[in-house]
Amino acid sequence: MDMTSGRRGDAGRRQFAPWADPAAQPLVRFERVAKRFSGHVALDDLSLDIFEGEFFALLGPSGCGKTTLLRLLAGFETADSGRVLLDGQDISPVPPYRRPVNMMFQSYALFPHLTVAGNIAFGLKQDGLSKSEISVRVAEMLALVRLEALAARKPHQLSGGQRQRVALARSLAKHPRVLLLDEPLAALDQKLRQDTRFELKELQARLGLTFVIVTHDQEEAMTVADRIGVMDQGRLVQVAPPAEIYEQPLNRWVAGFIGDVNLFEGKVALQDVDGVAVDSAAGRLRAFSTDKVTMGDTVWIAVRPERIRLVPARPGDAAPTGNAIAGRVADIGYLGGVSVYQVALPDGTKVKATLASTTRLTERPIGLDDEVWLNWPADAGRVLVR
Amino acid sequence: MHKRASLFCLASLGFGLAFLYLPMVILVIYSFNASRLVTVWGGWSTRWYAELLRDEAMLDAAWTSLRVALLSAGAATVLGTLAALALTRIGRFRGRLPFSAMVYAPLVMPEVITGLSLLLLFVAADIDRGFWTLSVAHTTLTMCFVTIIVQASLIGFDGSLEEAAMDLGCPPLRTFLTVTLPLIAPALASGFMLAFALSLDDLVIASFTSGPGATTLPIQIYSQVRLGVKPEINAICTIMIAVVAAAVIAASLIAKWRDLRSAGTGLPAA
Ligand SMILES: Nc1ncnc2c1ncn2[C@@H]1O[C@H](COP(=O)(O)OP(=O)(O)O)[C@@H](O)[C@H]1O
Ligand SMILES: [Mg+2]
Repeated sequence: MDMTSGRRGDAGRRQFAPWADPAAQPLVRFERVAKRFSGHVALDDLSLDIFEGEFFALLGPSGCGKTTLLRLLAGFETADSGRVLLDGQDISPVPPYRRPVNMMFQSYALFPHLTVAGNIAFGLKQDGLSKSEISVRVAEMLALVRLEALAARKPHQLSGGQRQRVALARSLAKHPRVLLLDEPLAALDQKLRQDTRFELKELQARLGLTFVIVTHDQEEAMTVADRIGVMDQGRLVQVAPPAEIYEQPLNRWVAGFIGDVNLFEGKVALQDVDGVAVDSAAGRLRAFSTDKVTMGDTVWIAVRPERIRLVPARPGDAAPTGNAIAGRVADIGYLGGVSVYQVALPDGTKVKATLASTTRLTERPIGLDDEVWLNWPADAGRVLVR
Repeated sequence: MHKRASLFCLASLGFGLAFLYLPMVILVIYSFNASRLVTVWGGWSTRWYAELLRDEAMLDAAWTSLRVALLSAGAATVLGTLAALALTRIGRFRGRLPFSAMVYAPLVMPEVITGLSLLLLFVAADIDRGFWTLSVAHTTLTMCFVTIIVQASLIGFDGSLEEAAMDLGCPPLRTFLTVTLPLIAPALASGFMLAFALSLDDLVIASFTSGPGATTLPIQIYSQVRLGVKPEINAICTIMIAVVAAAVIAASLIAKWRDLRSAGTGLPAA
């Protein structure tokens, strides 16, 4: 197999959305799977389709069942009920060593008694490949993760980042139908983690393989994945591409779990073609809604901090569907590229607004304790009914 | 202050070592005694070693002991490892607690009782006592030591290594042979050595379970000493010390060599 030619270029990637095609056959299908460990529910009636060539991220807090779902697909756990299908076939009776699925373990699980090359060759030997085929494939994998120089080392002589790459090469060596990655970057330090994210994504696009990654780091999921499945307590709360999850979270929990969000609680006061008006403690706010709402419903308006503009004076009435509320700057966090402003409203609630540091240079800077106006267009707010 | 503490330490070390090794040193020196009287020094000589070579009974006993020790240590290593695997791997199975208690019981059981019960068993089953009954008895005696050593290393074993092997297409038995076994091999080796030494040394159980055709070295030495200590005994004991010391040194050299090899720049495993 030619490892350098991608199956799908950048242009192809932009249109890649098999989940939107009702005729598309999923590569992996979890069908109402449930799993409990001595009474404790790890997976709760979960269904999910993953498509060929997809980079899918399972995102959720620790203990929500992400690893259990991966282990179900790898064959290390059996579901109490429900089915796991690969290429339309129920793989429940297939033992782990006969599944065309490979896993990169959270602990890497490198064989300490084998060299780097020996670790990568391990799976190939099980397939009964000839010595020459194995050495060609091992060399290919070593080149892929840039570890050619360290082929003869033992795992304990490697750095954390190098070990991570050996584990990746070992799990890729057999060209699995699905590669499962359990928190592959969790053990790396911040800088390395960020670089490796992009490498991982680039590698997946180049090989055209199906990757399922487990992570509790939302930034990581957003960076690498075609789609994210947000999990909580053994269930999938929302499954969608990163931008959709971020911009159209299904409920307050997802909105808060993925990035920062300001939530304004209130009652629906008006509904027209321009959207919804909600009476909240901060006054009447306008937002868009994709959910059906009725008058008097309690709803929440979610506004991302970077969509809020801070202005020193009340903005003009140019945009009648916009929102403007007054507050006082309570705290400023300078993060380099952006600054985070905490603005206290008269009723005491705090609103977060992030501003790119450069935009402030030309304007009169806003300082601590300044009276300011928070301003955002109606389409920056999203109405959540749950 | 510090100096006094270290003087104390040195003194205790010296005393401890002397306590442990003085009897052996005396035995070794007297094995080279030219005099026929054990307690009188008659100058250096190796005549008792030459004498030993002509002592058919002693040589037979040594050969029996060696064969029994190798066979029973091998069997105890296999059985003890299986028991350790059962105790660590099969989660919490019904009857696990009694099982582990039963595995450990021979550790604290007085040897006289073990020996006597084995004797009763062999008599009841009408089995002629000899080489085979002795080997079985020593396997029974030493197996639990192997279990304890192997179990300790299995508890510290990272289970995800076996899962990784299976994930890569390796069936369970081959996973055990190619991943688990190489990694717990040091524990198996020390278990084997301990079992070997215990078997070589045993007198009580051997005297219950061996027959006329299978006299072990400790039995032979003991029966000769009852007639008076001959310098020849010192010689055979010195040889035993040398064999055991050589085994211990070999074991530690093997361990060191493994470390060196894994730290060095060995070639990729073919
Ligand atoms: N082998 C097991 N035995 C008992 N409980 C388990 C086992 N594996 C997982 N669990 C429990 O199931 C839940 C989900 O675990 P896991 O899938 O590992 O979560 P995550 O990977 O999302 O952190 C956790 O509450 C965990 O304690
Ligand atoms: Mg996990």
